[in-house]
Amino acid sequence: MQLVDEFRDPALAQALLSRIDQLMTQTPLAEREVVRVMEVCGGHTHTIFRYGLDQLLPQGLELVHGPGCPVCVLPRACIDTAIAMAQQSDVILASFGDALRVPGSHKSLLQARAEGVDVRTVYSPLDALELARKHPEKEVVFLAIGFETTIPATAMTLIQAEQEGVDNFSMLARHISIIPTLQALLDDPELAVDAFIGPGHVSMVIGTAPYQFVSQRYQRPLVVSGFEPLDLLQSIHMVLEQLATGQPKVENQYARVVSEAGNAQACVAIHALFEPAQSSEWRGLGAIEGSGLQFRTAFSHFDAEQRFAAVLQSEPAATPEYACCGEVLRGSLKPRACPLFGRECTPEHPVGALMVSSEGACAACYQYRGDETP
Amino acid sequence: MSQSSSRVTLAQGEGGLAARQLLESVFLSAFDCPELRQLEDQARASLAELSLLGDRLAFTTDSYVVDPIEFPGGDIGTLAVNGTLNDLAVGGAIPRFLSCGFILEEGLELELLRRITRSMAQAARAAGVAIVTGDTKVVPRGKADKVFINTSGIGIIPAGIQMAARQCEPGDVIIVSGTLGDHGAAIMQARGDLGLQVDIASDCQPLHELVQLMLTASRDIHAMRDATRGGLATVLSEMAGTAGVGFQLDEDALPIRAEVRGVCEILGLDPAYLANEGMLAAVLPESEADAVLAAMRRHPAGQDACLIGRVVDQWPGKVQVKSRFGGRRLLEPLTGAQLPRIC
Repeated sequence: MQLVDEFRDPALAQALLSRIDQLMTQTPLAEREVVRVMEVCGGHTHTIFRYGLDQLLPQGLELVHGPGCPVCVLPRACIDTAIAMAQQSDVILASFGDALRVPGSHKSLLQARAEGVDVRTVYSPLDALELARKHPEKEVVFLAIGFETTIPATAMTLIQAEQEGVDNFSMLARHISIIPTLQALLDDPELAVDAFIGPGHVSMVIGTAPYQFVSQRYQRPLVVSGFEPLDLLQSIHMVLEQLATGQPKVENQYARVVSEAGNAQACVAIHALFEPAQSSEWRGLGAIEGSGLQFRTAFSHFDAEQRFAAVLQSEPAATPEYACCGEVLRGSLKPRACPLFGRECTPEHPVGALMVSSEGACAACYQYRGDETP
Repeated sequence: MSQSSSRVTLAQGEGGLAARQLLESVFLSAFDCPELRQLEDQARASLAELSLLGDRLAFTTDSYVVDPIEFPGGDIGTLAVNGTLNDLAVGGAIPRFLSCGFILEEGLELELLRRITRSMAQAARAAGVAIVTGDTKVVPRGKADKVFINTSGIGIIPAGIQMAARQCEPGDVIIVSGTLGDHGAAIMQARGDLGLQVDIASDCQPLHELVQLMLTASRDIHAMRDATRGGLATVLSEMAGTAGVGFQLDEDALPIRAEVRGVCEILGLDPAYLANEGMLAAVLPESEADAVLAAMRRHPAGQDACLIGRVVDQWPGKVQVKSRFGGRRLLEPLTGAQLPRIC
């Protein structure tokens, strides 16, 4: 299949693997006990497990699966809030399929649906707006999640709703931004990562320029990568080359999609609607300064939390989580080393959020490797 | 109740005159056969005639709630006939009789109901089985979605045929009769909410002739299943689990239509988890594979038949796929719903 098979060519993969092997054995990298490369994005995690790439890498080269799966870092309190909204009469709550499976403090949105509230799966925020047009007698709330990849679609949907004057539509917006998150990871003394594979889709929107601080201030290589197996192998080779020569920089492997400047129109739409919030809660990682986005005042009438303020209790105190999602996200623990992995916590009954989405490190690991020992 | 009404009414489910009119004008005319013409509360069959075909009865049931009810390659009617036939067929049975139970939503267009019953009748005739008994209920609008159908089937298993998942053993090979995921992809496309324009038809078709051809080529087929909900991955996981052996598949050998692959690439789905409605997987000794595959390819339902992997004594109960790069991954049974109702 054109534009797919070219990026999965076994002979090219083999060539890249032997070049990776050379870098690991015939450069200063050979002296290191272990080299850890974090793929920030959940899409990359999925490809790695789907094609078994981690099994093909030489000894001493480890992949760490980062926090870039927006479903996985969605805090429980957000799910609780969404359920509280959905329980109001004449409300339809809509979101992406994966978000509906995330466990809240007591239940997921899917479980709430089974109990009788109106929860719908949509493929795009525009589908949720269409629901609002079709059901003027209902209030349609879209649970908006995701990094910069999905924020432009959220923004454009709201701009459309504003122009059409659709007033039975609002959003519980829990968008998050990748740059402050990388910053927080890099400031974490427990972070055990030598280099980063940067997210492809997010970078299509924000460009590669915002990552400069990673190499300049923190001396870590970062290569923005595509999502096919050869993309990832090439990106791994590129970060290793930087590590071997001791010259960290930001490089773009995914140049067929990502430009240095990003998508200006999409960025304008994001900034027209949203502004950085002071702090945002990440499941497993805690609060990250400046990582959340909030509605600008001019659009705050679309803020579901304002519309439902009267019926929402203050954010409930978080119940302790026993899963080790935070350690896994920081790279200090392998998914399988979590005591709940494959026992209490499975894709069917996720305890930790990393088991929810197929892009979550634990779910990908379980789906493609099962509960076998490594 | 008005006889000329073009829609199903609650009265037609009440068992009175209106029900009788619906029965005669829609069901009896479509499914006409000697057993049905008796209009007794049950169909009757001669044991002596049945026992000429084999020495055991096979009996199965399935319910059909697909949305949308008409799709490229079939409708809920063809699905309700072929789906149940295939459950009989993969046990080696020769299907003979079907029952059908309809749950209709008040307000259903009669013309649509006629189309569905016509396609059921056609599918049954083409497969050489009779729909010999049935039932109809009507529920108030909103209590069901247009039409739900249950069919049960009775078939006869010829003497000497013993297929069962527990018989799969290391050294066996795994074959499939056709391409993966055609039905699931066709339903996704027909739902129209993905905004994709692709020409994919469901593979909904009866498999009993194909199975009999396979059994003629070799009586030593160890196990057989049709890959419906949850796709090939789920069916093979169940077989591996039952037999306590490992299945190793070769990713490059899995037959997948370019259109289905394209849809899956765009949506991030795995074709191994998409449903089929006319495709089977069989496990048999390697020595029998060539003869069985050759026999399959002579039948329209088996044209794309091929060998996809083998049974191994590692990782008991699991299905592993070897990727083209040499990495391997697990095919777990489907957890949760990948998609809305598809069968």
